[in-house]
Amino acid sequence: MDSHFLEVRNLKKYFKRTRGNVHAVDGVNFTIDKGKTLGVVGESGCGKSTLGRCVLRLIEPTDGEVLYEGRDICKLNKRELKDLRKEMQIIFQDPFSSLNPRKTVLDLIAEPIKFNKLIPNASKADIENRVLELMETVGIAERLINTYPHELDGGRRQRIGIARALSLNPKFIVCDEPVSALDVSIQAQILNLLKKLQKELGLTYIFITHDLSVVNYFSNDIMVMYLGHVVEMAPAAELFRNPMHPYTKALLSAILLPKVNGNPERIQLRGEVTSPIDPPDECRFAKRCNYLCKACSAGTPPLLEVEPNHLVACHCIKPGMNILQEQPHLISGR
Amino acid sequence: MSNESLTKSMTGGAAETGENVLEVKNLVVHYVLKKETVEAVNDVSFTLKSGRSLGLVGETGAGKTTTALAIMNLVPNPPGVIKSGTVNVCGHEMLKLKPIELAKIRGADISMIFQDPMTSLNPVMTVGNQIAESVKLHEDCSHSQAFDRAVEMLELVGIPGARASEYPHEFSGGMQQRVVIAIALACNPRVLIADEPTTALDVTIQAQVLGMMSELKTKMNTALLMITHDLGVVAKMCDEVAVMYAGRIVEKGTLEDVFNNTMHPYTEGLFNSLPKIDNRDTELKPIPGLMADPTKLPVGCSFAPRCSYATDACRARRPEDRYVSDTHMVVCTAYEDPAFHIEGWQ
Ligand SMILES: Nc1ncnc2c1ncn2[C@@H]1O[C@H](COP(=O)(O)OP(=O)(O)OP(=O)(O)O)[C@@H](O)[C@H]1O
Ligand SMILES: Nc1ncnc2c1ncn2[C@@H]1O[C@H](COP(=O)(O)OP(=O)(O)OP(=O)(O)O)[C@@H](O)[C@H]1O
Ligand SMILES: [Mg+2]
Ligand SMILES: [Mg+2]
Repeated sequence: MDSHFLEVRNLKKYFKRTRGNVHAVDGVNFTIDKGKTLGVVGESGCGKSTLGRCVLRLIEPTDGEVLYEGRDICKLNKRELKDLRKEMQIIFQDPFSSLNPRKTVLDLIAEPIKFNKLIPNASKADIENRVLELMETVGIAERLINTYPHELDGGRRQRIGIARALSLNPKFIVCDEPVSALDVSIQAQILNLLKKLQKELGLTYIFITHDLSVVNYFSNDIMVMYLGHVVEMAPAAELFRNPMHPYTKALLSAILLPKVNGNPERIQLRGEVTSPIDPPDECRFAKRCNYLCKACSAGTPPLLEVEPNHLVACHCIKPGMNILQEQPHLISGR
Repeated sequence: MSNESLTKSMTGGAAETGENVLEVKNLVVHYVLKKETVEAVNDVSFTLKSGRSLGLVGETGAGKTTTALAIMNLVPNPPGVIKSGTVNVCGHEMLKLKPIELAKIRGADISMIFQDPMTSLNPVMTVGNQIAESVKLHEDCSHSQAFDRAVEMLELVGIPGARASEYPHEFSGGMQQRVVIAIALACNPRVLIADEPTTALDVTIQAQVLGMMSELKTKMNTALLMITHDLGVVAKMCDEVAVMYAGRIVEKGTLEDVFNNTMHPYTEGLFNSLPKIDNRDTELKPIPGLMADPTKLPVGCSFAPRCSYATDACRARRPEDRYVSDTHMVVCTAYEDPAFHIEGWQ
């Protein structure tokens, strides 16, 4: 098998609670090729951020492998990890709380450069020049170099976050809801910037979001998560053209288009959300699924390649057989 | 429980369709701070009929929430000052009433779903009791009857009734928001103001909540003022749209007017900023520059510094309200030139 830029195998992260373990990420597999973007979507609490942090080993996975250019980062020692960290960065959702309010733009962007001793024997001027260069790359005006985060708007603060990530010349960036807190016009500026940087620097992204039109715009492949599991994964256009998993169908049908009469009746979900604490070994979506069949409680459905490059985890959908479409009488419906 | 039972469990009759239940005229609200004055709302006027819904859209700081607070007569003072204007809710002059009279109207005639759910929840009272309290405000019933209604309302917003005895902090942000919505709906108000009610919710739950609001509107003739910056929500929910920029309504009309015959350059900019779900390859066109600083608004059009069509006339004086049809209003000086048009968006 040819090697992928990133390959994640059977990744798990459980959090201990008094009542049991939260299965935040529960056996996730995927690959990303260099220069591509994997979009990760799913509802609040399904494990998107936990996945992103585990992949960078910002938190320790409970189990599984993360092969970054062929090396399992879960097996690296502290020093090896520190070296690799420079290549792997994260951009957070909240540009307000992720920046130290007492530091200026200069200090904030210089910090990772100094900490990682990126420029050997750097003078003050060397560092300032590098900061100015980064400010230009992300589009922050030079005159703002001595301002503090609270004096800037959300879009500029997010640009600082991006400049900090870029300061280490990364190859791989996890973008965790990078535009969710921003107004649409600033959101568009940041999305354009991230796309431009990807093109120019050949960056590889994991792009976490709950905004489906953003993820479609941004990703090559999309992975849909539900309570720690991947329920569907496909190239973006294919997923939007032919969503198969009942949860993906509901998710896509809930998108509201900014168009007059653009929003016909949607699939409504009912029922209770399964608790992520030691969930039973069955389909985690079953309680809310509009198509309930006997198989739903027969163990966790495996993620299968149902059509070329299109993976689905549903007991009713197998390669060459889609019970939801072909044998609706087997399904009780709700 | 289905949405059908929502309306069954409502008490009281539906309002008449088509009467004005909310009239805002020439509203001006400032926040007077030590060093500067924030001109948050600058001469806003609109009306809303029962059974209709108006979407109030615009970016952060445009003055949407302040407008809503002024309608409820809840602008925090200090620093907020309602400089001028009138607000009429179902025949009541909101800005002239005494606190005790206002308390009666809030909840019965008009209620508001706040942007931040925790501001309207009491942290030391169970969610069931909080909903029951609001039921008792306008209904003559025992506490246990009110509590039964509260459990019903919780289930309507997709929360198991058994959780009525829990406290707000035991709920996730999205669940807290649904409790706030349940409280607002339990009152069965004639005018409902919803300030970004679904921003914190997942799309599938958003669909559920919006469904409930539509139900209320069609069956109970509730008038809905929907504050949002999500143009998709507006397209789904609203009959009319008002676009706000720097405290002023810059374009207003029916949904068709504003979405299909967009006239204001700012509205055009909002649409151009959105990723198109059916076309992955178009580059996004953000509006250049920053939101106007409401402490230093320019003499002329507030949007002019960011507007690619702006002329000297735009910068020189304040644009006037211009009706281009019975329903469609645009506030843009460039239209003084009869040949002017925006490039249009796809
Ligand atoms: N440090 C932690 N300790 C305990 N539980 C945690 C921790 N971090 C996350 N969780 C739990 O793990 C699950 C997944 O959380 P995560 O933050 O990854 O979700 P998410 O998909 O990013 O959600 P959102 O869209 O709200 O950001 C949740 O049930 C959450 O409560
Ligand atoms: N209590 C306050 N004191 C001082 N300024 C305030 C106060 N509340 C709001 N403002 C200012 O008034 C202006 C309008 O704010 P408002 O909250 O009405 O905007 P909005 O359109 O609701 O924005 P958002 O989309 O962020 O909710 C902003 O510049 C804001 O900073
Ligand atoms: Mg997250
Ligand atoms: Mg607001």
